[in-house]
Amino acid sequence: MEQIIANGLYLGAQYALIALGLTLIFSLMNVLNFAHGQMFVFGGFVTYTVVAKAGLPFVVGLVASAVILAAMGAVAEVFLFRPVIKRSKRDESTMLLAAGVAFFLDAVILLLFGEKQRGVPKILNGVFNWDMRIIMPYDRIFIGFLAVALIVAFIAFMQYSRTGRAMRALAQDRTAAQLMGVDVDRYSMIGFALGAMLAGLVGGLLVAVTGINLGMGGPTSVKAFMMIMIGGAGVISGAIAGGFILGMMESVGLTLLSAYGDITYLVIFASLMVFLAFRPQGLMGKPWG
Amino acid sequence: MNRRTLLKSSALAAVASFALLGTAFAENPVLKIGFVGVTSGPAAAWGTSNQRSMETRADWINETGGYDIGGTKYNIEIVPFDDQKDPKRAIAGMEQMAQAGIHYVVGPNVDDGAAAVRPVAEQNGIMYFPYAFPKELYTAPASNAVLGMVANYQSGPAIYKYLMEKNGIKKVAFVAANESDPLSQRDSGSAAAKALGLEVVSDTVTYQVDTTDFTPVLTPVIQAAPDLLVLSGVSPANAPQLIRSAREMGYTGLISTETAQDAAVLQEGAGELANGFISVGGASTPELASDMMKEFVTRYTAKFGEYNDESNTKVYALEYILATIAADPAAIDNVDAFKAKMDTFSAPNPYMKGDAVMQYVGTTSFGQKRQVSVPLVVNEFKDGAFQTMFVAQVD
Repeated sequence: MEQIIANGLYLGAQYALIALGLTLIFSLMNVLNFAHGQMFVFGGFVTYTVVAKAGLPFVVGLVASAVILAAMGAVAEVFLFRPVIKRSKRDESTMLLAAGVAFFLDAVILLLFGEKQRGVPKILNGVFNWDMRIIMPYDRIFIGFLAVALIVAFIAFMQYSRTGRAMRALAQDRTAAQLMGVDVDRYSMIGFALGAMLAGLVGGLLVAVTGINLGMGGPTSVKAFMMIMIGGAGVISGAIAGGFILGMMESVGLTLLSAYGDITYLVIFASLMVFLAFRPQGLMGKPWG
Repeated sequence: MNRRTLLKSSALAAVASFALLGTAFAENPVLKIGFVGVTSGPAAAWGTSNQRSMETRADWINETGGYDIGGTKYNIEIVPFDDQKDPKRAIAGMEQMAQAGIHYVVGPNVDDGAAAVRPVAEQNGIMYFPYAFPKELYTAPASNAVLGMVANYQSGPAIYKYLMEKNGIKKVAFVAANESDPLSQRDSGSAAAKALGLEVVSDTVTYQVDTTDFTPVLTPVIQAAPDLLVLSGVSPANAPQLIRSAREMGYTGLISTETAQDAAVLQEGAGELANGFISVGGASTPELASDMMKEFVTRYTAKFGEYNDESNTKVYALEYILATIAADPAAIDNVDAFKAKMDTFSAPNPYMKGDAVMQYVGTTSFGQKRQVSVPLVVNEFKDGAFQTMFVAQVD
């Protein structure tokens, strides 16, 4: 049981960080960013290139992933999403644009980084073994704590910084925020950049533990959508809760249901359908959006 | 030489070189060979290594004057189609090949895609070389598919038997991704292990291909304490993660797979934890590779920046197609002639040292010769490179 909980917490921390970026973009701009998974993969490949190819320290790789993905997010918002949002009142326009960006990034990743699985050398050696009750490699523990620290830093930033407060105001009521003098364009760009940066950071963190490959983008996006549906789309605390709930459900399912074949995700999806039928806004979302 | 003369001379030289170039291209007719396989998404590595192997070899042939078929030199053009591992797209790809008048196609890479394209291939006179294992594709009345590699039900028993005799293994566990190919490979592997007298201690654990943490997946498997952990049909992306997780959980037994892997990916993803990992490869280990294989690797690396060890097996399909057509030039647009030639075809294997030959096999498994004879090279990973454990032949 201890191992199941430890696995669930570790998975939950990385999932929550993935979901945070997605829910931030959704809350600010009402954009379902289907390219979020591809941004995660891109961030992983940037860290890989900096660490494995250039031989620089892991932390430099993480910073490079954060900076490059933030820039990518800002450019995507200014030149792609902003014009579409201004010209089209239909939500599906931005959804199609996001899907297009996802395909584009897939192609760019293939061209720049190739088709192979990539990984960087272990950042910490050794395995924590508590009397065979919990077995967890040190690098995984470190990455888990780093993910939690990033989540705390993100919450603090949103809660206490001027930029964070402005973004929260935008998320709560865009028109009211605008009337109160919040520069909507500026903070939308910052929000998109921050969301993309979080995706890139998780990619950079995970490349040291599980590696990264071209095909991880789509499934990552799907999981991120599941998390924000569980927690409530556009709600920061909901994304964190959704991430930890999904991580725990996976951990429990993979251990307890393994004897019956791979039915873990079948059970998770079925549970999600039932849950959404009763609470479509998720755990912490509001029924009115 | 004044400036005007220089300009005139340069223009004349440019026109002349273009004309000569045009003549050179016009000299050789073009033989188109198709590729329908997965070059995007999670399994992109499988199809990409196929396509790049074909393109590398085609460039090489074209650069050296073309491929001699019945006294005529042909330039080879590879026509690729990404089926995205979707059977519907595989069908569309095969239809596109038929419309382009192509009679020889390499791929698809997976079971359902290979099964889906069968009617299109048979109706349009296309021979295709899948990397998929369902026996019904190669067993009569099917006759247009040729298995491009060694199937797991051929390599698995050979590996288990070798490890039983050499390492004394008694208990085996299987883990597979929750997809049709790995699951069917797991089932046939488990059956083969039982037939050899091994105790199968776990064969129900599966995982999603997008899993980012394999510790929960492997926990019940490692608890069963197998002597050999078989990663059935594992993709090169998942293999290092599974190995790493198993070793970090304290598993000290053997780990193997029947699919081809890439040494660089294993080294990056699992490092020394991958030492001892057993997989099926081609002919690139120093003991086996001919000078032509070494040049192929060099050319592939120069063209694409990095070699993929999966190409050690995938280099063969195009070579078999061209050599068989060369053996009976009527087969260039007549697959019946190609099929007839397959029964007696034999040619030196240019990628292996010694007197290895290329020939079609498969009579034991399929009742007819519908498989290329590539060497069954079982490798062991050691410090960033593959070392040959043993070499065998199918049939």
